[in-house]
This record gives sequence, C-alpha cells and structure tokens, in this order.
Amino acid sequence: MARAIIEVSHLTKKFGDGTVAVNDISFSVAEGGIFAFLGPNGAGKSTTIQMLTTILKPTAGTIRLGGTDIVSDPSTVRKMFGVIFQDPTLDDELTAFENLEFHGVLYGIARAERRARIEKMLAFVDMSKRRNDFVKNFSGGMKRRLEIARGLLHHPRVLFLDEPTAGLDPQTRNHLWDSLREMNRTEGVTIFFTTHYIEEAERAAKDIVIIDHGKIVASGTADSLKKETQATTLEEAFLALTGKAIREEEGSATDHLRMMRRAYSAHR
Amino acid sequence: MTTLRIIYILWLREIKRYYRARSRIVGSLAQPVLFLVALGYGLGPVFNKAGQGNYINFLVPGVIGMSIIFTAIFSGVAVIWDRQFGFLRETLVAPVSRLSIMAGRTLGGATVATGQGIVVFFIAFLIGFRPAGWFGFIPAVFVMFLIAILFTALGTGIAARMKDIQGFQLIMNFLVMPVVFLSNAFFPLKGLPPALNIVVAANPFSYGVDALRGFLSGATHFAVGIDIAVLAATAVVFLVIGGYLFSTIEA
Repeated sequence: MARAIIEVSHLTKKFGDGTVAVNDISFSVAEGGIFAFLGPNGAGKSTTIQMLTTILKPTAGTIRLGGTDIVSDPSTVRKMFGVIFQDPTLDDELTAFENLEFHGVLYGIARAERRARIEKMLAFVDMSKRRNDFVKNFSGGMKRRLEIARGLLHHPRVLFLDEPTAGLDPQTRNHLWDSLREMNRTEGVTIFFTTHYIEEAERAAKDIVIIDHGKIVASGTADSLKKETQATTLEEAFLALTGKAIREEEGSATDHLRMMRRAYSAHR
Repeated sequence: MTTLRIIYILWLREIKRYYRARSRIVGSLAQPVLFLVALGYGLGPVFNKAGQGNYINFLVPGVIGMSIIFTAIFSGVAVIWDRQFGFLRETLVAPVSRLSIMAGRTLGGATVATGQGIVVFFIAFLIGFRPAGWFGFIPAVFVMFLIAILFTALGTGIAARMKDIQGFQLIMNFLVMPVVFLSNAFFPLKGLPPALNIVVAANPFSYGVDALRGFLSGATHFAVGIDIAVLAATAVVFLVIGGYLFSTIEA
C-alpha cells in the first residue's frame, strides 16, 4: 500500500445552530489512488471537503495533507491540492484563458511555465478553441471541463471533486472520467471525489468510504463492501448501509446559502 | 514580488469587470448627470440670489464625490456577488494571504471609482463647469482616490459579514444615502441648525467633498490640510477593520 497523502483523524464540525455535520471521523487516503467519499444528502460530504480544502475550520480533530497540518500551515497545503466544488467557482465575466491565467498567478507559477501549462490544460479538456470566449456563454459541461483544467493547472498532488458529474449527460460524464483517470495515471494525482452516481464510484474508485449522519458507516473496496452486505452492486450495498429513507434537503442554491449562514454564525 | 503580482491580477480583474459592464457604466453616469442638471440649474438662481455665488461650481465636487462613493461601495460589496456566484472560493483556497486579496480588490475598486469621478468631472466641464485652476486637478484626483479607498474598504468590510444580496438595499438606504445627503455635498455648512452641523462635521465624506472643492472650485470650509488628514486617517481605520473582517471570511 502506498503511503497516505490525506490523514484525517477524529474530525468534527459543529455549526452555531448546534448541528453536528461531521462527527469524529477518521480515515486515510493512499497517494496516487482514486478515492470515493459517498453518502446520502446531508451526510456531511461537502462539509468534510470544505474542511479538507481549508474553507471551513474543523471544530475538533486534525487533517494532514502530505504530512502537513492544514490548520497550522494552510499556505503550504493550499499549493498541494486542487478543488472542484459542487457549484462552479469560475468568473463568468472573464474568458476561459483569463480564468486560468488568474489561477496561475495566484498559485505563483512563473509566466513562461504558466502559459505553456495553460495551453496544455486547455488542450487536455478540449477547450483550446474556446480560450477567448466568456465563461458566461459556456454550458454546464464546458464549465466543469474548464474547472478541471484549472484545478490541475498548478500540478496539485490531490484533486478534490465534490459531485463533479452532477447534472451532466452520460457523454460528458464519461469524457470527464477518462480525463481524470488519465491525469491520475500520467501525473500521479490523487483523486478524491464525492458522487451520487454510485456506479461511477464502483467503476473508478479503488477505495471507498461511506458516510452517513456525520459518521463513517463503512469503508473498503467496492468488492469488500458488496461482500460485507451480500449485495450484487455497490448501489445495493450503499442502500443496505445507509437505509432507503429519503433525506430531506432543500435545493442546492438555498442549501448553499444555508450552509454559509451556519458557517457564519459558527464563526461569530 | 509574488505578492505584488497577486495584488496586480486582482486589481486587473476589477478593472476588466468594470470596463466590460457597459450598461453599468452608463447607468452609473446617468445619476450624477441628473443631479448636475436638475439641482445645478434648478437651484442655481436661488443659490445665487442668496449671495452664495455660482451653484454649479459649488455642486460639482459634491456630485463627483457622490458618484465615487456609489461606485466604491458597490465594488466593495461585490464580495457578496462573488460569494453568491462561487468565485470567492477560488481566491480563498489559493495559497495567498487574505490581506493581499483584500488589497488587490480594494485598489481595483478604488481605481474604478476614481475613474468614475474623473469622467463625471469632464461631463460637468461639458455642462459648463470651469475649475478654478487646472493645477488643482492632480491633487483633486488624489483626493478622489482617498475617498474611493475609504468607501471600498468600508463596502468590503460590510460585505464580509453579509449573508446575501438582499442586504444590499439596506446598505444603500441606511448607509450610503445618509452619508451623501448628511454632508456638505449639496448645501453649504454656513448657518445650518447646530444638530445638523455636528452630523455633517462628523461625516468623513464631508472632508472629501471639502478637499475636492478646495482644489476644483478654490473654496474650502475646513482647510485642505485638515480634510486630507481626516480622510487618510479614516481610510486607514476602515482598511484595518475591513482587512480584519475579510480575513475571517469562511465561504
């Protein structure tokens, strides 16, 4: 087994209104692997990703990325990962190229190298021809591809993706996964992702952790999870582990704001 | 060096976004023009009869200040837009300090607001305003920039603590409007009721307008040195508070 690039121990996040989104979870992710973090709506996936990417501060517990504690040394850690959040984080008023250029400067990549890397990544996600178009004119799938190009621009060791394929058609989803696997193979980027398409996790991920109500309920490979629950597919295993009850959750935009409101009151 | 480059790219983004939003530019110029024409020509004769001289000359620095304040607050508050549209996260997960992000955004917003002030100056020139002397133009631009920095920092600080865009109207009505109208932008300080006089004198914006008047119209109430000292001190205070609030953002 390769050494761990992400080590999470006893991680907890409580929000100001008393909800415990993540409750004392521990897991580790092997370097160079593809890792799926699964769970129903409201299980704590996004909160965990937000803590892993230094957006939210943990209430308790530690996270180490490449051996560095993310709370005590966020700058070092931030250079090490790329992230694609659930909602797009591109600037609509800038062009595809300008978004990448902005990112490259923020990550301190020298000009010549930056330009070469931008061209390479644009070609990689098949967007070279749209480089000077405004992002506001792009479809959801194109925005996602551009975000992947951007997330990989600074040669991160880990790429976090929060439901990267939500709302995309099967063609785009397949294309996206081909790209991610290629990057995983050629550049050795560790892929950490969440998804509701369980068959994606079954196909792509080597290691899987399932979280529910802020707690880890199972972990292992797709095969070991199926064996454990005597299921034929990972989706059946997932349902066996997390139950069939539908989770109440508001629409994503409202959810996003509510999340933020919680984060705020937590801060005060 | 890297920090400067980061501040530059954030600054550049503000400039590009402003320059590309043509409708916003036109919209934000309509208001000062309306004020200049309606108030300038409407109240001019009364002002003149009361022995106060040329109202346009008095009014133009106030209207320049007003358009700067609107643009500056708007630029600062754009943090909320960035939050809503997600882009804020892109900057917050980057390996750069919050202070350099704040510095770049504020400088960019202030540059845009200053540009707006200069445009209003030339519009006023077309309408018939003549500055007391062209030597005052450069220091006047410097004062515009100070006003712009002050209110961009204020807007950023407020936006850092606001949850959504709905609160924006609240800021306009309960902060920006009072700051503009409870100042010397539209009326002289002579002979005001004492209570109003205190409010106006406690309003940092009054000092900005007063300094602009000193450089553009050749008449001040407080004296230009005092004006600039008050503006600069207030700007520093707002930058520190805004920087602190911005550095505590979790998005």
